[in-house]
Amino acid sequence: MAYVAIADRDAPIHDPHTFIEKYIWSQDHKVIAIQYSIVAIFVGLVALVLSGLMRLQLGFPDSFHFVDPNQYYQFITMHGMIMVIYLLTALFLGGFGNFLIPLMCGSRDMVFPYMNMLSFWVYLLAVIVLLASFFVQGGPTGAGWTLYPPQAVLPGTPGAGLGIILMLVSLGIFIVAFTMGGLNYVTTVLQARCRGMTLMRMPLSVWGIFVATILGLLAFPALFVSAIMMTLDGTLGTSFFMPALSSMGQAPEHDGGSPLLFQHLFWFFGHPEVYIVALPAFGIVSDLLATHARKNIFGYRMMVWAILAIGGLSFVVWAHHMYVSGMNPYFGFFFATTTLIIAVPTAIKVYNWVLTLWKGDIHLTVPMLFAIGFIFTFVHGGLTGLFLGNVTVDLPLSDTYFVVGHFHMVMGVSPVLVVFGAIYHWYPKLTGRMWDDRLGRIHFWLTFLGTYAIYLPMHYLGILGVPRRYYALGETEFLPQSVHTVNAAITIAALVVAASVVIFLYNMIVSLWRGEKSPPNPWKATTLEWQTPDTPAKHGNWGPRLPEVHRWAYDYSVPGAPDDFIPQNVPVDSRYATGTGHHG
Amino acid sequence: MSNTAIVVALLVGIAVWFAVASRLTAKPWENREQKGDVGVLHMSPQRIGLWVFMAVVTSLFALFLTAYSMRMHHSIGWCHLTIPNILWVNTAILLAASVALQLAANAVSGGRRDATRTALVAAGTLSIGFLAGQVLAWRAVGPSLYFVQGSPAIAFFYVLTIVHGLHLLGGLAVLGRASLRFAGGAELVDLRQSLSLCATYWHFLLLVWLAVFGVLLFL
Repeated sequence: MAYVAIADRDAPIHDPHTFIEKYIWSQDHKVIAIQYSIVAIFVGLVALVLSGLMRLQLGFPDSFHFVDPNQYYQFITMHGMIMVIYLLTALFLGGFGNFLIPLMCGSRDMVFPYMNMLSFWVYLLAVIVLLASFFVQGGPTGAGWTLYPPQAVLPGTPGAGLGIILMLVSLGIFIVAFTMGGLNYVTTVLQARCRGMTLMRMPLSVWGIFVATILGLLAFPALFVSAIMMTLDGTLGTSFFMPALSSMGQAPEHDGGSPLLFQHLFWFFGHPEVYIVALPAFGIVSDLLATHARKNIFGYRMMVWAILAIGGLSFVVWAHHMYVSGMNPYFGFFFATTTLIIAVPTAIKVYNWVLTLWKGDIHLTVPMLFAIGFIFTFVHGGLTGLFLGNVTVDLPLSDTYFVVGHFHMVMGVSPVLVVFGAIYHWYPKLTGRMWDDRLGRIHFWLTFLGTYAIYLPMHYLGILGVPRRYYALGETEFLPQSVHTVNAAITIAALVVAASVVIFLYNMIVSLWRGEKSPPNPWKATTLEWQTPDTPAKHGNWGPRLPEVHRWAYDYSVPGAPDDFIPQNVPVDSRYATGTGHHG
Repeated sequence: MSNTAIVVALLVGIAVWFAVASRLTAKPWENREQKGDVGVLHMSPQRIGLWVFMAVVTSLFALFLTAYSMRMHHSIGWCHLTIPNILWVNTAILLAASVALQLAANAVSGGRRDATRTALVAAGTLSIGFLAGQVLAWRAVGPSLYFVQGSPAIAFFYVLTIVHGLHLLGGLAVLGRASLRFAGGAELVDLRQSLSLCATYWHFLLLVWLAVFGVLLFL
């Protein structure tokens, strides 16, 4: 078998000796995961600060003079792009993907460790180029995170000169980095699993990351194509996207380009991107729920099939972002239908999570709180998605705060709750230390209730018709006074949630030294990463022998078994050979 | 855009089929002892990596060509490119390079060092010749920025050929490294996989070029 050549090697694939080889130019997937995570969390904090500044302006429009309209648009743009791409995509795939795939599949490392290392450094370069745009003349681009032409490259939009070019170049570099990482994740899952780890025995975290990576590999080229063509429009004066127009009294040379073409390309990437972020979250949350409810995941096969179905369908729904774009109205029918169809596998997953909790031995640990919180926010965001998926409902709501509330609930808060839960869950394996549980709980409740205080009222604002993307609402007749009060309240809630991130960071950093020493398997989990001979896992992960897998990842509370969990690498014993689950 | 959707749907379909074929219907909770057959594909990781990469590049060019077709149909007064004749020559050269590389891969498998050398030199020269030919084609199509700004067809021609050329350059870097190892007297057995992957990649780039050329000619 081909896999034996990689997976069964006794010696590690590479052998670092110096400090630099171990921690800087490291080819160890665990170190690369930490590098990815630190950079992603750092840019995420930058984007968080930007959102705080925007909220100050929106909540108290006449009180703060350090945010002018141009900066407001620049902050919106950078906040959106950083959160979606440079934080969530990088953290889920570069961070969790790198850490979990080899450990959960029972391999010593990724199959192309050198390319994996390059992937991180190229990602770092993308981040540096992106952040550099804050310091160039004109500042970063303020075109909105969707970067729609023609306005993105025309004077009058903030950052229309260097800002937008740096953004496009940075995206191009990011995609190169992602492709190098993605090749690794896919190939490792396919070819470097340990003996006995069949595809259908993989934990759902790996399934989610695996399918999300495939989506990314096929969808990011659309962004790459549009970035190249828009760069040329902006620098060389070509007319791929730029129509004939008059701008600030001038008539640029452009002629005949199609802004709609950009929107198609962008959303052909942009919609799968939602699932590039969501599928790893789905997978991870499944594992958190099963582990902390001490129960097998309900409907494992359905969960896998749903991940695959969502992945496939995510490529045929992109134009539901474009109902108001002026495309052929008949397209709307088609895309509304596919959009509603994708709700079916998604709903299956939600039912299965709830049924996993049903009659489980639920331990309300901090990771579990975040996982359950995710079910709430995700259902909430999913339901408003049904509203917006319908053309007739979307048209009046499209440019209002309803949309802001919807997408922050479904792809802002929900994946971030999973990120937090996952960090709390795997931190003991990563560092060998436990968190301060009390601070974790305070962090959870502030975040969970706080995000509701932020985003729930936004739906109300949207239904009132409060337009999004406005720097200040001013005195507008159709808006009641309550709008301004709500805006102020949202801002206060947002600042509280932002402050709770400080608690999280404090807890994470201080626990490195002061945290209680963690046992090898503090959550009594079944998956392989908790069965490593050392905690934290050493280079090569498994000591002299690779693990051998004998069962699926969800043997919790098996009747007759001495413990309420049986790790995947424990051989089948005839006394309790059949697992508990009969759902399929 | 529908073209792209079809291509991607096809790729996803293949992925799903392949997953289903490898028993996505297994009932893992039954805990039957399963044989150690976890390798889904009987391929080296390098070969799988290359295939995944080629899927990414396919998606990239499918999207470029879809954009080309949509841009053409969206605009009034689209001016078609006059295909320079040298592109036919270039196509023949790339075809020859692809064949030469396959011969090199075969020669390495057969342990024939001299034949390998000849085929490698031929493949490298032909590939570089193809790139040089593409540069000549740019000169024939519209040699200055003025033409690129004025005609989206010419702008697309530049973008498509440059992106394709860059992929070939990437391949040449890998081929160059393998050739250096060959020149340094490496065992032929150690070069087998490398040259075989290069040959696959060259065939793939030939197909991509044929698709690009076909779209430029017939759309």
